[in-house]
Amino acid sequence: MNLMLFSMNKTYEGETKSMSRKTFTVTADTGIHARPATLLVQTASKYSSDVNLEFNGKKVNLKSIMGVMSLGIGKGADIAISAEGNDETTALEALETLLKSEGLAN
Amino acid sequence: MAAILKGIGASDGIAFAKAYRLMEPDLTVEKREVTDAAAEADRFRAALKKSEAELEVIKEKARKDLGDDKAAIFEAHLLVLNDPELTGPIEEKIKSDSVNAEFALEETANMFIGMFEAMDNEYMKERAADIKDVTKRVLAALLGVDLPAPALIAEEVVVVAEDLTPSMTAQLNREFVKGFTTDIGGRTSHSAIMARSLEIPAVVGTKNATSDIQNGDFIIIDGLQGEVHINPTEEIAAEYQKRADAFAKQKAEWAKLVNEETVTGDGHHVELAANIGTPADLEGVKSNGGEGVGLYRTEFLYMGRDNLPTEEEQFESYKAVLEGMEGKPVVVRTLDIGGDKELPYLNLPHEMNPFLGFRAIRLCLEEQDIFRTQLRALLRASVHGNLKIMFPMIATINEFRQAKAVLLEERAKLEAEGTTVAQKIELGIMVEIPSTAVIADLFAKEVDFFSIGTNDLIQYTMAADRMNERVSYLYQPYNPSILRLVKMVIEAAHKEGKWAGMCGEMAGDETAIPLLLGLGLDEFSMSATSILKARAQLKNLSKADMESLAAKAVEMSTAEEVVELVNSIEKK
Repeated sequence: MNLMLFSMNKTYEGETKSMSRKTFTVTADTGIHARPATLLVQTASKYSSDVNLEFNGKKVNLKSIMGVMSLGIGKGADIAISAEGNDETTALEALETLLKSEGLAN
Repeated sequence: MAAILKGIGASDGIAFAKAYRLMEPDLTVEKREVTDAAAEADRFRAALKKSEAELEVIKEKARKDLGDDKAAIFEAHLLVLNDPELTGPIEEKIKSDSVNAEFALEETANMFIGMFEAMDNEYMKERAADIKDVTKRVLAALLGVDLPAPALIAEEVVVVAEDLTPSMTAQLNREFVKGFTTDIGGRTSHSAIMARSLEIPAVVGTKNATSDIQNGDFIIIDGLQGEVHINPTEEIAAEYQKRADAFAKQKAEWAKLVNEETVTGDGHHVELAANIGTPADLEGVKSNGGEGVGLYRTEFLYMGRDNLPTEEEQFESYKAVLEGMEGKPVVVRTLDIGGDKELPYLNLPHEMNPFLGFRAIRLCLEEQDIFRTQLRALLRASVHGNLKIMFPMIATINEFRQAKAVLLEERAKLEAEGTTVAQKIELGIMVEIPSTAVIADLFAKEVDFFSIGTNDLIQYTMAADRMNERVSYLYQPYNPSILRLVKMVIEAAHKEGKWAGMCGEMAGDETAIPLLLGLGLDEFSMSATSILKARAQLKNLSKADMESLAAKAVEMSTAEEVVELVNSIEKK
């Protein structure tokens, strides 16, 4: 699978820039597919901050439906969401609320 | 110039309207060099905007007419359209390579399509189709051509297509689509069944509809005779207006029977039930006076989506149908998938002979999780009405016993959990495989009822693929071989005090009805729109007379002789 099509960044430990980041474990039976992916991307797209989704050492733009789906995130996966920009805190909060209220991850 | 196409009348009635070709335009892309790359990028963004507006309209329409479930696909399309990982590289390519937007779009999209198609997950492969759909829409906007948007039709039209797929039909605006005609298909193809459930006239299998009909041609669809008139003369149009009026009058006459029981001239009662696919079809069942649901095709719950329906979703649908029928019998057929009905997300291998392959009960007994979820939903719903469950494609007694055992296990589990399940749920089988018809006497000792599925029974008895037009002459419902099988099944049921129904096309067929009545059929399940006509016909028939007719028919040598026999009696 060629994931190089996506502008993917390796995640570095100890990044110095200010950034909000949170980790979750996926609990939805279907993983982050279809409707869950749609909801995440729709929510992330409401904010001006750069929002990324990390899974399995890969990081994609959470505003990209194709990027999110290309990760093939299944039930039980450990993921991290990070946001960087003016509204990074509210963006991350909104995504966390969504994941929990929809029973997608905790 | 006036012309006539002959086809198969798939749904009764006569429609007059302008032609609307549901065809894809030419979206061939050529590579061009552009001098003003910034302007070209603007043109690309404008095309995105236009596509977005179109998708929003389609999405809202789908949400309103078909529900959130069906609208979700357009939601996903909108996200793909606005995906920065797709649009960003396209704009970059326009600028860095000084190429036209169409070319940059196609190149970039193809990379993503290739990537998703290469994934070994059926769900991901389906996403490639989403990207293709979106790319087509933007390309059409760039090329200045119109994509057919059946959901947006806003004037009365007759739809002309090669074939109508379930997803295309789902987009049709019922208010404006007055009828349709297709190149391929037969009485039992998906498009034909849809036409009857939408109650619009249709002629299928015309071979040449898409080549002979242009957008805007004036069309008459004669679903009664199976004819399509292209730009007819005024005389012909006037003649058809008369026929349409006569048909409308006839329908009004039938409509008076809506609340009546179905009783023959000599006082024998039979049940006229309807075949349905979704709870939404109940409206038609009621307005056409259905005395029950003889076949609820549950596979529609599983189609047009990308995962299995949950127990809860199924429960809601089954409950809605059972409650809607207010205590009248509802025969639910468990999942009949495979054959010509595929579920991409099940990832089943392609088969050489899908009709003879891994389908229906065969699949359910193997993939028991799917089967058990459906049975649980059904059992839970059973308290909301008069539920009867039937298994499709039963070929052996053992298959029935296994399926029944699974059902009993799920019942026991539910009851142990404290869930109430109706005490008595009749359990039957579809008789559509000759092996089952032949030992119907043995089955009758174990099942509560039979429902004869003639579409498949005929194709399996004749060894003739019903999708293959070259052997369509072998689709012979009146062949004495079929009549004898039907007779065996009905007699076997009655001998054990059970009932026998029929849910194939044949049950609503004018020529077959006298024979079936004579053979003793108890329940006739058909398209809801055929019920009133059948009731009117049965009112004028005597069961005793039809018994002697049927006795003669099974001794005939050919289907033609049988038809002649029926016609001679009807004329008396």
